[in-house]
Amino acid sequence: MATVDLIDVKKRFGPAEVIRGISVAIENGEFIVIVGPSGCGKSTLLRMVAGLESVSDGEVRIDGARMNEKEPMDRDIAMVFQNYALYPHMTVRQNMGYSLKISGIPKADIARKVAQAADLLQLSDYLDRKPRQLSGGQRQRVAMGRAIVRQPKLFLFDEPLSNLDAKLRVQMRLEIRELQSKLGVTSLYVTHDQVEAMTMADRMIVMNGGVAEQIGTPLDVYERPETLFAAQFIGSPAMNVIEATTGNGQAVLANGAALTAPAAQAGPVTLGLRPEHLALDPDGPLVLEVSFAEPLGPNTLLHGRLAGSADAFTASLPGVHRLSQGRGQVRLNARPGDLHFFDPQTGRRLA
Amino acid sequence: MTARAETSARRSDPAPGMVEKRGSALWLTHVAMILGVLVVFFPIWLAFVASTVSQPEIARPPMPLLPGDRFLENYQKALFSGVNVPVAVMLFNSLVMATGIAVGKIVISILSAFAIVYFRFPARSLFFWLIFLTLMLPVEVRIVPTYEVVARFGMLNTYGGLIFPLIASATATFLFRQFFLTIPDELAEAARVDGAGPMRFFWDIVLPMSRTNIAALFVILFIYGWNQYLWPLLVTTDPAMNTIVMGLKQMFPSGDDIADWPVIMATSILAMIPPVIVVISMQKLFIRGLVDSEK
Repeated sequence: MATVDLIDVKKRFGPAEVIRGISVAIENGEFIVIVGPSGCGKSTLLRMVAGLESVSDGEVRIDGARMNEKEPMDRDIAMVFQNYALYPHMTVRQNMGYSLKISGIPKADIARKVAQAADLLQLSDYLDRKPRQLSGGQRQRVAMGRAIVRQPKLFLFDEPLSNLDAKLRVQMRLEIRELQSKLGVTSLYVTHDQVEAMTMADRMIVMNGGVAEQIGTPLDVYERPETLFAAQFIGSPAMNVIEATTGNGQAVLANGAALTAPAAQAGPVTLGLRPEHLALDPDGPLVLEVSFAEPLGPNTLLHGRLAGSADAFTASLPGVHRLSQGRGQVRLNARPGDLHFFDPQTGRRLA
Repeated sequence: MTARAETSARRSDPAPGMVEKRGSALWLTHVAMILGVLVVFFPIWLAFVASTVSQPEIARPPMPLLPGDRFLENYQKALFSGVNVPVAVMLFNSLVMATGIAVGKIVISILSAFAIVYFRFPARSLFFWLIFLTLMLPVEVRIVPTYEVVARFGMLNTYGGLIFPLIASATATFLFRQFFLTIPDELAEAARVDGAGPMRFFWDIVLPMSRTNIAALFVILFIYGWNQYLWPLLVTTDPAMNTIVMGLKQMFPSGDDIADWPVIMATSILAMIPPVIVVISMQKLFIRGLVDSEK
């Protein structure tokens, strides 16, 4: 258990700046998810905390102590890798006990700790197998086991679930989260999957282009995205974005449709509308020309364009809607409170 | 050779689900394979036959095709008295040299490949290419300066003189480098996080993972060392230091001497045995090392 502080951390590879100054203070026992598209620097950031990448600028602190120059083994961390990185020639037992063996812990203690961790992860029956005799989910658990036997201060996860199939991913997501809260170990978790970020995080760091776009709880980010990027990255399907002009309590779209908006707004804005915040309304100002519908069961996604506009637009309506051949027109409306306004130039949230 | 033919014969047993091979096709392939084996095996058979008969029987055409009754006598003579020096001594010398070369080459090349792949030091790739360049230089090209060096170190007629000059191996270094490059980086990183230093990583992770590659290389290098001819010929003048391959050549008559063919043939057969044992005993690992790596 530990606190982690990143203080204006930067990373340069030659002339290219990959991390452009990230600061965050992580509380004891917090589960932090770093989420972003590929190439945004999220893994690099994690590896800097791990000590696998040097820190070009700024400071990484664990429990208040500067870590920049420390080797990974001296940071008291454990890491779970995307491809698990299990030692192929060692049994599960040896894999899990390897770090303890290196630190010179007596054999009996190692055996006890490994047995405990294996019990926790339901791996007790597989202790004498080699990694290649295990399924993806079991390997994943062994990687977790290797991390927890050491009782480190900090868990680092580098996209640990991306090699699993969808169903297993949901299950392991829950298991990891449950385990972490049981052990209470501060964790940093990197993923590109916004669902993982939403469901697992105490707080998430939304990254793009080496910058933290927003740091906050999942619901914060969902309800009050600070930037257009965060708004579109979090939430599925992605938020609709339309250019509009506000004034007199209205937001007027380019095609002339007018939505009721909070009175405070005035001037040109980028308007964000989450698909799931749209509702059918016979008198609604938004006319969606549906080009196809995706019935998912609990809800139905309507994809198309707003009348008189060329941009793609998506609405998610609860329940099943049978449109004739999935085509047709629907009228939609949104509550004023569900409208998000962004500066058209900077992409930052307005008010 | 025979062992390999055996395996392929076993493989062609019609297994369920495999391509149908019945009747004449099956017979034809078997006949072709058996003929192939006979052709390859015939000279070895002749050598064996020649090693079991007496000198006059060999000299009088036609050569016998069936073993004679002098097996024990000829082999005893070869092993314990030989022509210049007992074959047992030469076998032992060859064994020391081949093992020394194989083990030495593996140790040196696996360490240098480990350094080249896992350590960042100045001019790293320059060093690699320097090692790689020596591939272009066969023993024969550098034999005169090498001889000079060995002679000045006083290593003529010693095992050291036989082994050391042949020990550096660009090929093995290159092979190990290629293998190490296929080991995922995460494994090295996981070991770092687990607290393993570089040499610990080498002993605990890299070495066990290279097991099959090491076995394959050992077989190849052992045979390479065993078959060395020119170098032992140069550095050993004392018959007691002769290796079997060169010793065999020296048994051949020069001038008016009469060749003791049965003994020479017995020696040839004896010379083949250790490499065959090495190949057969390491065959499983050897093939796995060539085909795939454990990952």
